[in-house]
Amino acid sequence: MSNTSGKFIQSSLGKKLLMGLTGLFLISFLIVHCLLNSFIFLNDGGVMFNEGAQFMANNPIIRIMEIVLFFGLIAHAVQALVLTLQNNKARPIKYAVNNGNANSKWYSRSMGILGSLLLLFLVVHLSHFWIDTKAAQFNGTIAEHNTYLEMIEVFHNPINVAVYLLGVIALAYHLLHGFPSAFQTMGWNHPKYNGLIKKTGILFSIVVPMIFAAMPVAIFLGWIK
Amino acid sequence: MSGHMNLTLKVWRQKSDKENGKLVTYPVQNISPDMSFLEMFDVLNEQLITKGEQPIAFDHDCREGICGMCSMYINGRPHGPKRGVTTCQLHMRSFKDGDTIVVEPWRAAAFPVIKDLTVNRSAFDRVIAKGGFISVNVGNAQDANNIPIPKPDADAAFQAAACIGCGACVATCKNSSAMLFVSAKISQLALLPQGRVEATARVKNMVAQMDEEGFGNCTNTGACEVECPKGISLENIARMNREFFVANIKS
Repeated sequence: MSNTSGKFIQSSLGKKLLMGLTGLFLISFLIVHCLLNSFIFLNDGGVMFNEGAQFMANNPIIRIMEIVLFFGLIAHAVQALVLTLQNNKARPIKYAVNNGNANSKWYSRSMGILGSLLLLFLVVHLSHFWIDTKAAQFNGTIAEHNTYLEMIEVFHNPINVAVYLLGVIALAYHLLHGFPSAFQTMGWNHPKYNGLIKKTGILFSIVVPMIFAAMPVAIFLGWIK
Repeated sequence: MSGHMNLTLKVWRQKSDKENGKLVTYPVQNISPDMSFLEMFDVLNEQLITKGEQPIAFDHDCREGICGMCSMYINGRPHGPKRGVTTCQLHMRSFKDGDTIVVEPWRAAAFPVIKDLTVNRSAFDRVIAKGGFISVNVGNAQDANNIPIPKPDADAAFQAAACIGCGACVATCKNSSAMLFVSAKISQLALLPQGRVEATARVKNMVAQMDEEGFGNCTNTGACEVECPKGISLENIARMNREFFVANIKS
């Protein structure tokens, strides 16, 4: 049998692997982001939170990882678009009747829509916090930059709180499929570990978005000042 | 004749892949609940022939769930509402008197419609031709236990080999992906020592042909596993992924 295959990354499985790996990388970012922001729950007027924000802004490794993160996000989104277009082409005539709920979860079939919502949310989110921080970095005023106050201000607006809650719900469902899916894509499917992956995935997809959701809610209700 | 059913069928009629098709409504009366779904179609076709109309073309052969020819998308699900059966094994008792049943062909760019409910599944044959075989000499049939194979591996290979290549996985997948089929064919050989010899080239060639045929990409919704009449599991897709990644690292 001679080998007649093409390039790995152009193959369907290669593209799948890139989706899974970048997805897991973005998940690892979520953990860091969630832990650091949880400093606001200390309710110390943002002292620890700003301390953490300053550390992140000044640490060279974090600065490099920020760039890697952007590339990871772009790769994840662009690959998703390429795959979605290909998948649409694979069924030019749709079914008149299709009972998808009989065999799969709606959020598993809606990763493209959930991901697009998350991308829209990210634009809003970055315009709230990231752009100002970047501006302060370039102007050399990062030492005086108070992200905490900015956060309090943004989350006193009920519309912003609603947008963030919607974003977090989209994130929860995206993770609910994405987390176990990444392991399946990497080939990690074994009866001994499937239960662990599934349970960890569900726990992660509920707990992390809940912590994120608690931040705007707590600030809006005045629990955190 | 108690318990006989009257049904309304909406069946996809299409003269050829060059022409557009449409759903046509046919009432059928006096259907026995013990008939198979295909026998109900036989009754309908008899009526159509008597009236001088074209009978509905549909694929069938063994009518006992082992050949993989029957292929109807019934009320939005391949092989109908029951799990673990092919269309020929589906009985009319799975429906209720007065039901409306929509029947469509498998829909995928890689499975063009030949006529009505029949589709061309030779894309699967071309995938098999790229590596779904063993070309090394493995000698005569061995005595039992001459080649030691762990029982779990033998069982997994046997389960993968149960795939009848009907294409229900492609039909139900929202992406028209053929990965359940291809992974079953790769697995049944990769798990056994005779198949290991060519495992690297096999997985690369078969995946390349699968992509070439225009099947979509798997997004792990798991629909294929649920709808597969032979219960082929997603474990096979994970195994194919592992085999493919390792094969690409090695060569």
